[in-house]
Amino acid sequence: MAIDTTSRKAFWRGARDCGPFVLVAVPFGLLFGVIGTEAGLNIAQVMGFSIVVIAGAAQLTALQLLLDQAPTIIVLLSAIAVNLRMAMYSAALASHLGAAPLWKRALVAYMNMDQTYAVSVVEFEAKPELTLTERLGYFFGTCLPIVPTWYAATLAGALLGQSVPGDWGIEFVVPIAFLSLVAPALRTLAHIAALVTSVVLAIVFVGLPYNLGLMPAGIGAMIVGAEVERRMGQP
Amino acid sequence: MIGWSAGQIWLIIIVLGLATFAIRFSFLGLIGDRKLPDWMLRHLRYTPVAILPALVTPAILWPEVTGGQISTTHLLAAAATLGIGYWRKNSAFGIAAGSATFLLLNALI
Repeated sequence: MAIDTTSRKAFWRGARDCGPFVLVAVPFGLLFGVIGTEAGLNIAQVMGFSIVVIAGAAQLTALQLLLDQAPTIIVLLSAIAVNLRMAMYSAALASHLGAAPLWKRALVAYMNMDQTYAVSVVEFEAKPELTLTERLGYFFGTCLPIVPTWYAATLAGALLGQSVPGDWGIEFVVPIAFLSLVAPALRTLAHIAALVTSVVLAIVFVGLPYNLGLMPAGIGAMIVGAEVERRMGQP
Repeated sequence: MIGWSAGQIWLIIIVLGLATFAIRFSFLGLIGDRKLPDWMLRHLRYTPVAILPALVTPAILWPEVTGGQISTTHLLAAAATLGIGYWRKNSAFGIAAGSATFLLLNALI
């Protein structure tokens, strides 16, 4: 009973901490719904993307390549490349939630997204004393403002369809949202070094097709961050 | 959608969904409760600040809406998002500052 109460508290704390990211899920979801419908997908297909794939950047990547009439294999490989970063999220979450039963880990995996991962891992590292049940409660709490909102916003966007003007740069909400996730995470010099490396390598590898530069840039920046941390003896 | 049958679209949705789940599940599914080594944890700490900037850098430096030309509006909006988000240690402030900067400059320029 006591465990139940603390995990419920952790759930609502997670929901509250992830609450501001409604501001990410709503515009992303609307954006995908509107653009998908305008591109000629029907509502079932637009919703299929948001429920089955549930990854905004990859969905937008796939949509762009569908419009470009790219070969099926290129559509798939590019969108998968955008999602490869989630393997690292999976590893980070596994170090905190790995002891959970398989079906719970599968549920965590389905909702393992930029926001739920980032908010949860910050919490788990700040509070190593949390029990597994509390950590699971917290993680599922972070999903509450994101996942149902993602479905609903996609549906709203699809229904809005062509009535939204698309020529004033609304697509720039996407990078703004990603950057806003990064800014509060810049806690130490090592984090800043990783950010700078990431940007520089992204520019260096920009010529590579199909988002292939994302992986070397990300891995390079992780190595720099970890190395700066090791040399400075930071936690 | 022009050039694609409904079957092809659904094939892409399902294969992309399965592959994405496999990526998300990878370490959670395989590793279970085995402890990851310190060096790996040290690297994983930097995943968000390492991956997300690389993901958005091209869209900020060479936005599609300007045909790939560098745009002051986009650069300043990105700077406002990072600066205010860092200063306030809060993502919502960052999004608000970035969006306001973007809309304001778009209206002025």
